[in-house]
Amino acid sequence: MTIGLQTIKPIEVSRLIGEVETLKNAGYRLAAISCVKVGEVFEINYSFDKEYELENLRITVTGDTEVPSITGMYWGAFVYENEMHDLFGIQVRGMNIDFKGTFIRTAIKYPFSVTTAKGEKP
Amino acid sequence: MTFFEMTKTALRTILSRPATILYPAQAAKKTGLSRGHVTIDPARCISCGTCQRKCPAQAILISKEAKTWQIDRFRCVVCNSCVDTCPVKCLFMDTQYSAPATAKGVEVVAITYVKPVKPPAGKTESTG
Amino acid sequence: MTKQIVVPFGPQHPVLPEPIHLDLVLEDERVVDVIPSIGYIHRGFEKLVEKREFTEYTYVAERTCGICSFIHGMTYCVGIEQIMKIDVPERAQYLRTIWSEYSRLHSHLLWLGLFADSFGFENLFMNAWRIRERVLDVFEQTTGGRVIQGSCKIGGVRRDITNEKLDEMAKGLDVLDREMQELTNVFLHDATVKHRLRNVGIISRNDAYMTGAVGPTARGSGVAIDMRKLGYGAYGKLNFQMVTDSCGDCYSRCLVRSKELFASTDLIRQAIKKIPDGPVDVKVTGAPDGEYFTRAEQPRGELVHYIKGNGTKFLVRSRIRTPTLTNIPPLIKMLQGCELADVPVIVLSIDPCISCTER
Repeated sequence: MTIGLQTIKPIEVSRLIGEVETLKNAGYRLAAISCVKVGEVFEINYSFDKEYELENLRITVTGDTEVPSITGMYWGAFVYENEMHDLFGIQVRGMNIDFKGTFIRTAIKYPFSVTTAKGEKP
Repeated sequence: MTFFEMTKTALRTILSRPATILYPAQAAKKTGLSRGHVTIDPARCISCGTCQRKCPAQAILISKEAKTWQIDRFRCVVCNSCVDTCPVKCLFMDTQYSAPATAKGVEVVAITYVKPVKPPAGKTESTG
Repeated sequence: MTKQIVVPFGPQHPVLPEPIHLDLVLEDERVVDVIPSIGYIHRGFEKLVEKREFTEYTYVAERTCGICSFIHGMTYCVGIEQIMKIDVPERAQYLRTIWSEYSRLHSHLLWLGLFADSFGFENLFMNAWRIRERVLDVFEQTTGGRVIQGSCKIGGVRRDITNEKLDEMAKGLDVLDREMQELTNVFLHDATVKHRLRNVGIISRNDAYMTGAVGPTARGSGVAIDMRKLGYGAYGKLNFQMVTDSCGDCYSRCLVRSKELFASTDLIRQAIKKIPDGPVDVKVTGAPDGEYFTRAEQPRGELVHYIKGNGTKFLVRSRIRTPTLTNIPPLIKMLQGCELADVPVIVLSIDPCISCTER
């Protein structure tokens, strides 16, 4: 049984703002921004929801890429972007409320940017 | 819109017995399924280490050399995972919560049987 | 222009069960801006997924929150089941639904109590918690845990509830309904309570939607989002009416939660009536390879678990987006323009669960 529809659309970082704007104009709401470290790169998923359909935009960036902020379109996105910065060390450009690394204060800087998985084969 | 909506409830509360239990003078509520603390039957343990591997809190430690099974009650989250996965069913969930303690420490239980080291793969094939 | 001053609110405040810090920028008694800061209880839960096998992580996921723990565990399990294409038996689906709804009852009653406490009605607070005790008792009798149920696992549930027990639970619901009716009457009709809550912390429908409000916070503003409509568990087979209200103030949010209590008892009754006999779990072999965004309706709103596996026993990432995190921007919108004395009530009205927020 599959629950709800969800699509993942990989896009370039430069096209992010344009794509998000299209979704905003189509009446989508921001559901989440999730960051994942895959190998050496970071995958950032922007999830949008409308009528229970989840639309994901995925950008793949390296640790030193600056990601544009989407707070211009979605005012509430600053919680996710600050979290992403504090946990993964992703630099986000142009946030409306920039906590500069104090949103989630951790003893180790950017704790989620290192992978410690055992990764055993089953 | 009404006034004094709460009065009836409040009056009844005054006139009825307290809803709380006078713990510890009165025993705490317990049910047959209550997860209190993990106990072990040391005679049946085969020191396979499944409970140690499956423990999400890493509270259990088995030492084959010292023939002990030890649990850190302060780490244990009483999730029942070890009881469910134990192959010889030597672990049990007691309904009594673990007693308060003044110092942190581990509880060590001596186990009688220690699983011998696995024989080389060739031998098991011939017997099976 | 009047002089602006900054008043810190929290992390330790009598009204807050958990630490969140708000810097309130005031002009006289009026709040003009709010800067939130969290991070007092960041536990780094999500990182633990790299060190625990995916089957054990269920217990970890469940401990994200101490109130809606069952739903966290269930959402995680649903995610893994979707990746691994496991068909969960019908009976397990119904049991999950029943426990989820009991969690909702438990959480909403707890919230009603805390909310009453926030506007200084201690007696009401005690009463709400007394009723909540009945729900906790049901949890302990059926799962063994009062707060952390630990009854969900990948592929089904860990223990069954006998049909006799289900009937007994259905009978208990009638008592619960009667008591909750008496309780919610005070919240919804008492003059003083109503006067305290009406027109406090208003957020418009559009603001709520665009800032990402979920759950009762959104539904109180007329945004009809309820993830139960996705049909996970047995919700697809049960019939329920989404509760919404259009005013967007504290009273509306209280009204939505109060009415949801009865929607929950109704769902449990339907589920008990319809529950089929059969097994409650299937055997799970292999490891998840793929990714999935699971969404479920928590008492506080939409919960998103993003799970990514790479074919090993250790997942690459489990990202938990809890409803309170996304309810913080709407909270700021609500607080802008309110009176200082209303701040505690407004903060409580979104049902903040800060430990969840930071994981």
